[in-house]
Amino acid sequence: MNKLIANEMMKLVARKRLIVIGAIVGILVILFTFAQYKEVQTQRERLGTDDWRDSLQQQIIDMQNRLGSNRISDEWREQIQVSVQQLQFYLDQDINPNEPGAVSFVRMFIENSTDLFIPLLIMIVASDLVSSEHTLGSVKLLLTRPVKRWRILLSKYITLLLATSFIVAMTGLISYVLSGIVFGYHGWKAPIITGFVVEGSNVDTSRIKLISQWKFLLMDFGLVWFVAVVVGTLTFMLSVLIRSTAQSMGVMLASLISGAILNNMVSSWESAKYLFMVNLKLTNYLNGISPPIQGMTLLSSMLVLLVWWAVALILSFIVFTRQDVY
Amino acid sequence: MSATTLSVRNLTKTIKRHKIIKGISFDLKEGEVFGFLGPNGAGKTTTIRMLVGLIRPTSGTIEICGYDVKKNFTKAMEKLGCIVENPELYPYLSGRENLLHFARMLPSIDAKRIAEVVEMVKLTERIDDKVKTYSLGMRQRLGIAQALLNRPKVLVLDEPTNGLDPAGIREMRVFIRELAENEGLSVLVSSHLLSEIQLLCDRVAIITKGNIITVDTVESLLSSQEQAIWQLEPSVKGKEILESLTEVTTLDDGCIVTVYDSFQIPKWNAALVHAGVQVLQLNRKTPVLEDLFLQLTDTGGAHIE
Repeated sequence: MNKLIANEMMKLVARKRLIVIGAIVGILVILFTFAQYKEVQTQRERLGTDDWRDSLQQQIIDMQNRLGSNRISDEWREQIQVSVQQLQFYLDQDINPNEPGAVSFVRMFIENSTDLFIPLLIMIVASDLVSSEHTLGSVKLLLTRPVKRWRILLSKYITLLLATSFIVAMTGLISYVLSGIVFGYHGWKAPIITGFVVEGSNVDTSRIKLISQWKFLLMDFGLVWFVAVVVGTLTFMLSVLIRSTAQSMGVMLASLISGAILNNMVSSWESAKYLFMVNLKLTNYLNGISPPIQGMTLLSSMLVLLVWWAVALILSFIVFTRQDVY
Repeated sequence: MSATTLSVRNLTKTIKRHKIIKGISFDLKEGEVFGFLGPNGAGKTTTIRMLVGLIRPTSGTIEICGYDVKKNFTKAMEKLGCIVENPELYPYLSGRENLLHFARMLPSIDAKRIAEVVEMVKLTERIDDKVKTYSLGMRQRLGIAQALLNRPKVLVLDEPTNGLDPAGIREMRVFIRELAENEGLSVLVSSHLLSEIQLLCDRVAIITKGNIITVDTVESLLSSQEQAIWQLEPSVKGKEILESLTEVTTLDDGCIVTVYDSFQIPKWNAALVHAGVQVLQLNRKTPVLEDLFLQLTDTGGAHIE
């Protein structure tokens, strides 16, 4: 098995996929770092102060002003109300929710990339692990070796898991190193509040916990990794079923983007919560952001994703071991 | 009688209720080159893909050195080397990396064996270059090297000379004959190029529409169809006499064609002379496999190159 995985790794490295992904992450991090830096600067100029309490207070006032307008939807209104209460809570506790520093940046970056950006990077690898062998025709050589087909597919899947872990870790590392140049490499111990329970427009703060940012970041990474694995497995399945890199990538991209759109409009469509793509923002549960559909919890979302993962994996193996190769 | 290395029995394949392969059987013996000949779409490739385990047969058995491909896949594949259509190796890897890749999928192949097969196909100088820089002939040779890594007993080559230039085809032919004669390999070669099969193979199976019509040695296939061509004067009278003795056809230039039967020919000749017909010319013509092939498959020339 190790030899088979070594083979897959050799092919992956030779095609320089991981380098491309690293470059994409690098460029994006630089962009975001610059944007963040600009934002901090303009805020400072506007408020004329360096104190985060003033800017937080200003943020709350802005939101309340928006609430006063009667042109915003109920759903949006609810979300803003929740945010206001959370920010107020931070202010009351005298904790800066946006502690400057590379660690906060990494947290912000990873949380925002969990439903689209990271899955996209994983797709670059997952979509052609199997289908590229078909396009190239090398599958005919691969499947006529004295190795059972399921072992070949398993070696590919393990390679995908390794690549997924590597990509998630690399994203964290690159964003830490690059943003640290501007924001400084600190913020590991900054306190973060988690455990907000959102019910409608009310925030229940009775079960909140104060934890260090590094612990919070670890949880974030765990959830992001989990999402990445599920999306990777789904793409992997499509790559087995469709045998075309472009098509499996297209299908996956379409469902991810539709998920991003659905997130904003499915609140009244209850059964949509069983779609994998509306369950990808797991990190939102940690931050106490209300889910797209009432009644969704971290556990239910993870369960839904787990079911999709298992079905995709089983289907991949059944199809791959039985299909005729022409 | 040498040992049977590949045995195919009543092989069928049905795709969407369409019977593509209709129950074919044949055997390969040690050290022989076996030709698989048929027009495009006859079922050559489907059969070959079933032999190498890429397609599941609907029914029938395939045994490689006694191991059933279906029940004992890994054992059977250890005895088999193959190239199905073009050798599609990884262009972004070097030749050596490609061989390493496939060696890792075989039990106990060391660097020495890799060097050995590279030497065999004469690729030593370019082996560390990326495959995308190789010519088609070199790729074909690397494909062969890959197929020989595990010291197979049976080598299956699907259209091995596809896309090669005449020198390359010749080189390939010599190489395949060497493998069969020196190493005792059984080689199954499929082709729609008749001249190639004729020069390369010991025995030929002719397949059309999913059936094997005939399996025989190239010589006996051809000799059974030898013709005698007569040029007679006067030809009308000569034709009448021959017609009374055997089946004849007349060519455009007035020559008369009968079967070549070394026992009958002198008698017919005597009959002609006796009747006062002059035999100006009598030629014995061995048909090329192509004529035979067209005759047997009855497809006309449209599909044959």
